[in-house]
Amino acid sequence: MTQYRGLDKPKGRSFFLFWKAMFVAAMLALVAFFWVASSSVEYIWRWNRVPQYFWVNEAADVRAEAEGDVTIIDRQGNEQRVVVRDASGEEHTHMLPGEGKVLVSSGDFAYRGDVLGRYQLNKPGILLEGLWVTLEVSVLAIIGGIVIGVVTGLCRISINPMLRWGAIAYIEIIRGSPLLVQIFLWYFVVGTLINALLEHVGLGGISPLWYGVMALALFTGAYVAEIVRAGIQSVHRGQMEAARSLGMSYAQAMRKVILPQAFRRIMPPLAGQFISLIKDSSLLGVIAIRELTKATREVVTTSLQPFELWIVCAVLYLVLTFTLSLFVQYLERRAIR
Amino acid sequence: MINATNVHKFFYTPDKLHALRGVSLSVAPAEVVVIIGPSGSGKSTFLRCLNRLEYADEGSILIEGRDILDPDCEINEVRAEVGMVFQSFNLFPHLTVLENLTLAQQTVRKRGKAEAEKKGMELLRKVGIAEKHGVYPDQLSGGQQQRVAIARALAMDPKAMLFDEPTSALDPEMVGEVLDVMKNLAREGMTMVVVTHEMGFAREVADRVVFMDQGSILEVGSPDKFFTAPEHERTKLFLSQIL
Ligand SMILES: Nc1ncnc2c1ncn2[C@@H]1O[C@H](COP(=O)(O)OP(=O)(O)O)[C@@H](O)[C@H]1O
Ligand SMILES: [Mg+2]
Repeated sequence: MTQYRGLDKPKGRSFFLFWKAMFVAAMLALVAFFWVASSSVEYIWRWNRVPQYFWVNEAADVRAEAEGDVTIIDRQGNEQRVVVRDASGEEHTHMLPGEGKVLVSSGDFAYRGDVLGRYQLNKPGILLEGLWVTLEVSVLAIIGGIVIGVVTGLCRISINPMLRWGAIAYIEIIRGSPLLVQIFLWYFVVGTLINALLEHVGLGGISPLWYGVMALALFTGAYVAEIVRAGIQSVHRGQMEAARSLGMSYAQAMRKVILPQAFRRIMPPLAGQFISLIKDSSLLGVIAIRELTKATREVVTTSLQPFELWIVCAVLYLVLTFTLSLFVQYLERRAIR
Repeated sequence: MINATNVHKFFYTPDKLHALRGVSLSVAPAEVVVIIGPSGSGKSTFLRCLNRLEYADEGSILIEGRDILDPDCEINEVRAEVGMVFQSFNLFPHLTVLENLTLAQQTVRKRGKAEAEKKGMELLRKVGIAEKHGVYPDQLSGGQQQRVAIARALAMDPKAMLFDEPTSALDPEMVGEVLDVMKNLAREGMTMVVVTHEMGFAREVADRVVFMDQGSILEVGSPDKFFTAPEHERTKLFLSQIL
């Protein structure tokens, strides 16, 4: 490792040049292998099919839902309205965006399925939507994980047996079972119970997304708690004594003296934990949350281009995790002392 | 000011240890008491009992008439009145020098930021490092750090100050600057209890010198009598080793 530089005979420039070249060669060989292997199974790469799953930009039709006379064509705020009255006198309203084009005029007769108007559909595709859900779920779970983790970490070092044992029990239970099982428990057991109760008192159910966020936040919280505890205990006890000797309460000393110092030290392990969380969010597909992985699976079944799409999926996760670790490095550098 | 009577302290880890065996000491207002004694004799433990960083197991400790061993005692109020200076400084490394001085003023004394900073700058001038108010502790020398630590304690307007070997962690050339600050403080009438191995300081500043050994006070006396005609054999032996 580089920290032992100088303990052995110094390496010449050619040594470094050679091994850098070897690295590049190995990378190229890997790419070449995949290319040759894929052509030997007659896979046809079609990268041009990928962008449409990021952004949809295509013509869309508005079709008549009933047969009858077109009676009204007007603007309703930002939208246009086309009303068709059928033989029984019932009115069927069709809406289309303001910039869309109406293709019928008042008094025309429309058959069911006739094109009444056409507009340009311009919206995020399923992959981008999945990426957004992954981001949303991850951010919510990270915030939840930090709150749960700090509280549990503080309970873990409390002298109050109920708080301490409670924290230990929670940490051990969460760390002792697979995340996938916990997600199922949250959704199929807790979720069913809570939604049944809510329905009983006349409220709507909670969406799967929130059960997913809860499962991830509680899972991460247990690990964050251990990181926080270790961080707090790594601050020299003289710091607490100095703060208390000035007359500060335990809570004041914790908040103003111990935690700020602990947080600087736990930044790197926390970053690792949150990177795991982003990747673990891919499991939420099993409870019908259409995050990035589930979105990719759906697209793969319709497009039949698995190679490109799974590569894109992996790269998108990499973008998320890499951004997070850059952000944490930035925070660390800012809080250098 | 400080009234400790028959204080006992036990430690249970790693082994059962009777660290203080009935220590009694009264300190009058504006008095300077220096505690000396061999390492492990319980000097720090006793000092830490005086502001309840260690909870004494037996005896009574009154600070300005308040019984700090009473479970109902508002210990944070008492601690704000008794400043403490540690051997290892224990400055807050994430705060600047001035912030070190203002933090407790704001949280404990509830002073406004401007008032706390004014007080802080005054004290930094007093200990001679006002120009360093914006730097972080690790950019200061040991002597400077200890002077900041003294100023931090003084910022609470304490009625008494406890010093636990304040110069033991310092390079020799920095001992003087810290002792000078302490001498000034004594001259201004601060009540002080000082654990130290600086015999020159004891001789010059102390009103009384206390010799501790194996958890008990063996001998108390004026510096003159103490250094010229000690009574106890153990005291003589200790002085001969250290002088
Ligand atoms: N927190 C503690 N836990 C266990 N033993 C301790 C603790 N603090 C001090 N002691 C023991 O108590 C005795 C007195 O220690 P101390 O008061 O630090 O002595 P001094 O300051 O005179 O060198 C020593 O034997 C020391 O090992
Ligand atoms: Mg000591």
